[in-house]
Amino acid sequence: MCWSIPGKIINIKGNIAEVEIGGARRNVRLDLIDAPAVGEYMLIHAGYAIQKVDEESAKFTLEFFEKCREEYKIKDKG
Amino acid sequence: MIRYVDEYRDVELSLKIAGKIRDISTKPFNVMEVCGGHTMAMRKYGVHKLIGPNIRLISGPGCPVCVTSLKDIDKAIALAWAADVSICTFGDMVYVPGTSSSLAQAKAEGRDVRTVYSVHDVLNFAKEEPKKEFVFISIGFETTAPTAAAAIIEAREEKVNNFSVLALNKTMPAALTALLGDGSSIVDALIAPGHVSTITGLSIYEPIVKDLGISCAVAGFEPADILRAIFLLAELFEKGEVELINAYERAVKKEGNKKALAVMSEVFEESDAEWRGLGVIPRSGLKLRKAYAGLDAEKRFKIPAGDISSVCEGACICGDILKGIKEPPDCTLFGKACTPESPCGACMVSSEGSCAAWYKYEVPSSKVASSRG
Amino acid sequence: MNMEKISLSHGSGGKMMHALIEDIFFKHFGNDVLKEAGDSACLALGTKNIAFTTDSFVVKPIFFPGGDIGKLAVCGTVNDLAVSGAVPKFISAAFIIEEGFLLSELEVIAASMRKWSDISAVKIVTGDTKVVEKGEADGIFINTAGIGTFENEVRLGISSIKAGDKVIVSGTIGDHGIAVLSKRKGLEFESGIMSDCRPLNRMLHEALGVGGVRFMRDPTRGGLATTLNEIADKAGLGIVINEESIPLSDGVRGACEILGLDPLYIANEGKAVIIAEPSSVKELVLRLRENEYGKEAVVIGEVTKDIQGKVVLRTRLGTRRFIDMLTGEQLPRIC
Repeated sequence: MCWSIPGKIINIKGNIAEVEIGGARRNVRLDLIDAPAVGEYMLIHAGYAIQKVDEESAKFTLEFFEKCREEYKIKDKG
Repeated sequence: MIRYVDEYRDVELSLKIAGKIRDISTKPFNVMEVCGGHTMAMRKYGVHKLIGPNIRLISGPGCPVCVTSLKDIDKAIALAWAADVSICTFGDMVYVPGTSSSLAQAKAEGRDVRTVYSVHDVLNFAKEEPKKEFVFISIGFETTAPTAAAAIIEAREEKVNNFSVLALNKTMPAALTALLGDGSSIVDALIAPGHVSTITGLSIYEPIVKDLGISCAVAGFEPADILRAIFLLAELFEKGEVELINAYERAVKKEGNKKALAVMSEVFEESDAEWRGLGVIPRSGLKLRKAYAGLDAEKRFKIPAGDISSVCEGACICGDILKGIKEPPDCTLFGKACTPESPCGACMVSSEGSCAAWYKYEVPSSKVASSRG
Repeated sequence: MNMEKISLSHGSGGKMMHALIEDIFFKHFGNDVLKEAGDSACLALGTKNIAFTTDSFVVKPIFFPGGDIGKLAVCGTVNDLAVSGAVPKFISAAFIIEEGFLLSELEVIAASMRKWSDISAVKIVTGDTKVVEKGEADGIFINTAGIGTFENEVRLGISSIKAGDKVIVSGTIGDHGIAVLSKRKGLEFESGIMSDCRPLNRMLHEALGVGGVRFMRDPTRGGLATTLNEIADKAGLGIVINEESIPLSDGVRGACEILGLDPLYIANEGKAVIIAEPSSVKELVLRLRENEYGKEAVVIGEVTKDIQGKVVLRTRLGTRRFIDMLTGEQLPRIC
């Protein structure tokens, strides 16, 4: 129910986008996405794009991470 | 480098967050996740070994394959035996045992059973082989159901008449409430399934937060995502606060994916569903609406009712394991009659079930007999 | 669930296949040589020692990025001889062909076998051809058997593996399996990945010249994880490998991410796992990297006596977990 991976839209033909993940490319369906655009990142699940990856929002997570990096020192590797 | 993946797999970062968790955690804290993907990721990275002795991670019923009832699996297998039908299913389902057989066994006995990565592949098969009937075994939660719905709409529009769907999809909200609202629940907080949430949005967790007083954090699947979610939940727990948090902001919007929800609701409506190990949970399943009855495999084919009785049933404690009350080694069947090669209950069935994950990633201790007999 | 019939899992190189071999074939054929279960059987023939092996090739599709069933049939057998420490000399080629198979495709396969046996410096010296009715074989199946000689005092064996030995892999893993999968109906994707199918005899001969090699095996069906488990199990020792050290190409990584597959279990056809004593390792890796087929050779772990018969992965986060042998088939998943 969960296995999805973000991929970048390389090109779009009708309802199908060619998406690149790492070094692999696959065609995915766009039936579930409004106004997809080349260059956008999509979450891919079972051959369909299920949501756009929100680059702006990604920043919230990354900000938390930056704070962690700065303020916290590793005490032990566990 | 895979963007939006590797940044969240960063080792130093993950270990720092784990350190923060250990620092703030002062009392016993039970966190449940209800997503096969989370179970796998946590086991894969050994998350439970990094968060200190107070926090216990519990795997709830998050694997749609694991919770598919024996009756439903038997239906799928029975369909495989209907004349000139090709059964198409996700790989997860192929080896799941029904009462006396499995799709893999049906295939071994000459039936046309095909593994697909996407429901759309089944549509393509149906177009290429118009004389054969193709049935898609539709499993999965809200992440996957919209894809099945989209394919059903497409099949109708393009008049692909030899395509139909056995709808075995399940939905999260009713099941979560049933599980966490149960008097025996020991769960303090919930790691909410990341990809289900990309579709549903956050509102489905509000009853759990407001009515049950259990904090929820929607989490992604990379180690830093999961650790961050655990940290945020631990922080709330230590302060005695309850909140709903979106910790997977890059993929989850508050309102979810409205288009996907619309597609899903065009094709599917709520139904009661039987969950393996938990019994019937009202309004926790999806069935095809009347308007799409023509594509419903249960209506197109006569599926014989089977006789359900299984050797494992009396001793299987999957229900308790899914609720987090017991752990796999507590089960008398674990590692003996019930192994990944010959699974009994839901928890061993798929490679992400609690028992399968435990068996695969933990020390096969002296309690557990060798799998080779 | 006990199966009374053969299923695809029995052929995937994992636990079920091992159980099948033990429960039926070893039970009936069992002898000391067979039970060694080496990639090749090492036999004494008069005063000479020879290596003898066989393999059957049923790959679909028969033409895949980077190779074809014929190339696979030659290289697979050459490699089984080479990892045993032998110099491959002669192979046989037996064909089972389905009625209706295109002659033009058979030509391409035969030409490919000639090309790769020349490159491997082996001769195809005997063979057989059978044709079966349509529907009784999926296109074409090829069996090759091979004979090699032991040219020097090299004696490789699992029993010579010791705690502290290092584990080397000669290059990126998962290439062959992904290349083949990328062309399979229903899964089609582009990965730019070519099968790594190639003959390793020259490279491994060079490696043996360095000295210090205890044991070698090619991680074919069932992948690196299965091969390491076989070795650990037979040696009665443990193997610890580092997640960060395992070489993986971007294309394989991307493909595995899409399909939810673990590259540790995906087939390789042009890689070797080499267990070597620590003092030789540095030079061994250098020598492997000098060969065009070993450019990404790297140490991925070590042998330990702290655990027995199991393989442990040190994750990138420093935690440890067991890596088991493949159980059945590894199928793409959604969950």
